[in-house]
Amino acid sequence: MSGHNPTSTLAERVRIALNNDFLRNAVRFTTERLRTNKQAAAEQIGNWEEWRERGRQIRLHTIAHLDYYLAQFAENLRRAGGYVHFASTAEEAVAITLQIMAAKQAKSVVKSKSMVSEEVHINQALEEQGIETVETDLGEYIIQLAGETPSHIIIPAIHKNKAQVAELFSEVAGEPLPADTAVLAAFARSKLRGKFLEADIGMTGCNFAIAESGSIVLFSNEGNARMVSTVPRTQITMMGMERILPSWEDLEVMATLLPRSATGQKLTVYMSAINGPRRTADGDGPDELHVIIIDNGRSRQLGDPEFQEVLNCIRCGACLNACPVYRHIGGHAYGWVYSGPIGAVLTPVLNEEKEKWAEVANASTLCGACYEACPVKIPLHDMLVYIRRRNVEEGRTKRTERLGMKTYKVAVSSHRFYQLALKLGRIGQKPLVRDGQIPTRLGPLKGWNNVRTAPALAERSFRESWQALERELQQEMAEMSPQVKARLEELAGKRGDRHEQ
Amino acid sequence: MKISLFATCLSDAFFPRVSEAMARLLARYGIRLTFPEGQTCCGQPAFNSGYWVEAKEAARRLIDAFRDSDYVIAPSGSCISMIHHHYPALFRDDPAELRMARELAEKSYEFSQFLVGVLGVSDVGARFPHRVTYHPSCHGSRLLGVKDEPLTLLSHVRDLDFVPLPFAEDCCGFGGTFAVKMADISAAMVTEKADHVRETEAEVLVGLDMGCLMNIGGRMRHRGQAVRVMHLAELLYEGVRMADERA
Ligand code: SF4
Repeated sequence: MSGHNPTSTLAERVRIALNNDFLRNAVRFTTERLRTNKQAAAEQIGNWEEWRERGRQIRLHTIAHLDYYLAQFAENLRRAGGYVHFASTAEEAVAITLQIMAAKQAKSVVKSKSMVSEEVHINQALEEQGIETVETDLGEYIIQLAGETPSHIIIPAIHKNKAQVAELFSEVAGEPLPADTAVLAAFARSKLRGKFLEADIGMTGCNFAIAESGSIVLFSNEGNARMVSTVPRTQITMMGMERILPSWEDLEVMATLLPRSATGQKLTVYMSAINGPRRTADGDGPDELHVIIIDNGRSRQLGDPEFQEVLNCIRCGACLNACPVYRHIGGHAYGWVYSGPIGAVLTPVLNEEKEKWAEVANASTLCGACYEACPVKIPLHDMLVYIRRRNVEEGRTKRTERLGMKTYKVAVSSHRFYQLALKLGRIGQKPLVRDGQIPTRLGPLKGWNNVRTAPALAERSFRESWQALERELQQEMAEMSPQVKARLEELAGKRGDRHEQ
Repeated sequence: MKISLFATCLSDAFFPRVSEAMARLLARYGIRLTFPEGQTCCGQPAFNSGYWVEAKEAARRLIDAFRDSDYVIAPSGSCISMIHHHYPALFRDDPAELRMARELAEKSYEFSQFLVGVLGVSDVGARFPHRVTYHPSCHGSRLLGVKDEPLTLLSHVRDLDFVPLPFAEDCCGFGGTFAVKMADISAAMVTEKADHVRETEAEVLVGLDMGCLMNIGGRMRHRGQAVRVMHLAELLYEGVRMADERA
């Protein structure tokens, strides 16, 4: 099974991904399309930045008062006849699910897409109990057949191309199917229809939970979530504890931000709201509705000024599509359930095994494309630095790196040491320099020089030539224009005012 | 009025010609730069790797060195964005240091930001008869917000044939220590960037940050892609000289 592979290192997973041209082409192709569409959708709406700010404010407020809104949500859902369970860990979420399954003597489950169910590894637990579990989202269905895990938050099978999907489906069909999207989708649909009708339990995720009415809101493009939540007699919904929104009014903002950010769609194709189990007058819906609210490391972020905002995430995937690292390595290289920039933050933050996941935060250049893409403006690039800092503070970095940084500290602590370092460097590099470059692939230069040439230290640093240059410039110095002079004084003066206040 | 040059460690140690071009160009506007010699590095290599104690050491030197400057100008959007964006985080627990960090941030400018935003110059009077493409570095453009300034300056250079870089705003894969720690991913990223440069058929790649330019330039040189890599200050100064000669 590819995907969660805790035994491999980040470097190994990255190497596997980089050597997989199918994966890289598929991921590049789709992320490029999605981010282009997103950009167009953001431009089309016009005041995108205002929408982002509104989204951010709503999420900030909700998470700051999460206890209140969670209680309100639970109370309203119970009043409507739903059952509410709290699971503080993944294991607890699984245990609760299995209990419900046992009470219902369930033999089969149909699922719609849910990342949090992946996070708690529910499929594995169900299969171990002999309960047939079928993913009904097309992408999830594909990776389930392949025995893999999602490699993207919203496009689970982003790493697979049409031909690979055709191969998987042909095996199930027992006959060769063409690599044609319409044919493959039709095949999956016909396969899944029977499963919907047979299933004892329908399991869904939750895009948003509305506190004021105790409702579950599901966004989907395939309509499968609607089937999952209407056909089986019992429904189990798993949600991360941060999925809450106070009101329907807030949902309006999210319904504007989420589909646009995810795929560039103005609207999601299906938006279902579930207000408790079936009432006598309802045409469909489950007799029993269970909602499992999962913590699994989330509440630890509450009150942490550096990471609380990560709970603002609405799982749109825009940061993955914008990320130049994700584009090259895809999702599995990150090693856990969530990938891309949000995964690089969530993985080390939610998991308790800090040592094991420390490295994931290094899989970023801190370019900030994620922050720019994020509809609720989560500063992921800053959070990645905070994680790195905690890795340093808690001794999770390499000894050689620590030594290097100690040396750096001495070198920058005074310009005399700094200059000495430059001098030593120049002596050291002498035998290695060719034509102003250092081509050697030894030591720390190996990674760099495998595909690049490194520049040599200049023969004279800028500071060493400054005196001569300054003298020369005094000769050529132009007269400063009165406008420039006034401008410089004005700006500097304004600063002074501000300091005095 | 004390206007100081912050050479940045990269330009100081590896690319002195960049700071020199900047100083020469600014002299044409009567800007007499000073070079406080206490400056070393802005602290980014340590900061981004999580070594904040070490980063603080560098930051304190910088704050000290420019204490009585009215303006600080650097040929790097990345180092200036470090000062603007990260120094406040670095010193958040010490009110006195925090205030000094903010003071430095307030008077610090990236080169093109200073030229266009402060001096109000959009045409330096340069001539540069070459095909040129531009890579906007991530920190300068995204975090510091320097997006239009370099394009404004380039658009006024006579005889310059500007070709936009496809996927220009994608990171080149430098990321400081990232290029060494995550060398394979970085290699994939810089190769893609160099491919995009090739598509433009530009003779010159210009930018505002020597870190990124050293990365892309190093890749191109390694594979024999003959593109001249220049900092915007170099291009503008060379262009001004060219225009002078003709006049
Ligand atoms: S961090 Fe922001 S961009 Fe990334 S998935 Fe969450 S909401 Fe979307």
